[in-house]
Amino acid sequence: MTRVYDEERLGELLRLLRPAPAGWVRSAQELPFVRPRLDEIAARAEADRAYRESLLADLEGALAREGVEPASRVLAELRKRLGSG
Amino acid sequence: MTRPPATSDAELVRRCREGDRAAWDQLVERYSRYVYGICVRVFRLPESDAEDVFQEVFARVFARLDTLRDEAALRPWIAQLTRRLCLDTLAGASRERPSPEPVPEAVEAALEELDDAFAVREALARLPEPCREMLDRFFARDQSYRTISAELDLPAGTIASRIARCLRKLRLELEGRSDSEAPSRE
Repeated sequence: MTRVYDEERLGELLRLLRPAPAGWVRSAQELPFVRPRLDEIAARAEADRAYRESLLADLEGALAREGVEPASRVLAELRKRLGSG
Repeated sequence: MTRPPATSDAELVRRCREGDRAAWDQLVERYSRYVYGICVRVFRLPESDAEDVFQEVFARVFARLDTLRDEAALRPWIAQLTRRLCLDTLAGASRERPSPEPVPEAVEAALEELDDAFAVREALARLPEPCREMLDRFFARDQSYRTISAELDLPAGTIASRIARCLRKLRLELEGRSDSEAPSRE
């Protein structure tokens, strides 16, 4: 059903949909494409103890070296996969 | 005559299924406020829980896009996913510290209002850029006349009248849709 609003009501409705934090939106856009890479890193960490320790010592640096931008949500996802978050 | 959105949901879904990353970015952009609104306005989740739900919703949408039978039914599908995840989160939280359950009628009413707001935003997206910018800054981003004037390099004294003019255009845009739909109901 199509509704008709006066301009005051339009203003109220426009106020309801506020922007989500920009970082959340960026992460939601990027994570699906990063997840397969995180799975690979986590699998390698499970198989290689030294690699796992180097990852945990410097997660941000390790991700950057793997070509993954270490955004906070990406770091949280990887920590979860490594069981350290 | 109402202009259609630049890209329909069905088209976006089809392109996402083909692996078009720009389409995915657009889909997230289009629905980010809606999902955020359900989390924080309808279910009043704290920010950290809201962020988890927000990310999980889009992760599931991405992973399950192939299961969506009606490509045009993206919005209700996303609404349902978000609602379910919010309720799961609240249930998990109340096991740790009991809190009042959301009242189903209030949730329904708030979701319906958010759907109306989404339709208005879709109409806003069809207005020319200066109006989109003006109304979004004033209403959704809570910017003052002074800020809008400074950032858009417009005389401060004209902001109120520009907002009023753009609201009128938005109303006409919505009424135009109403006119165009009328024959199909006969």
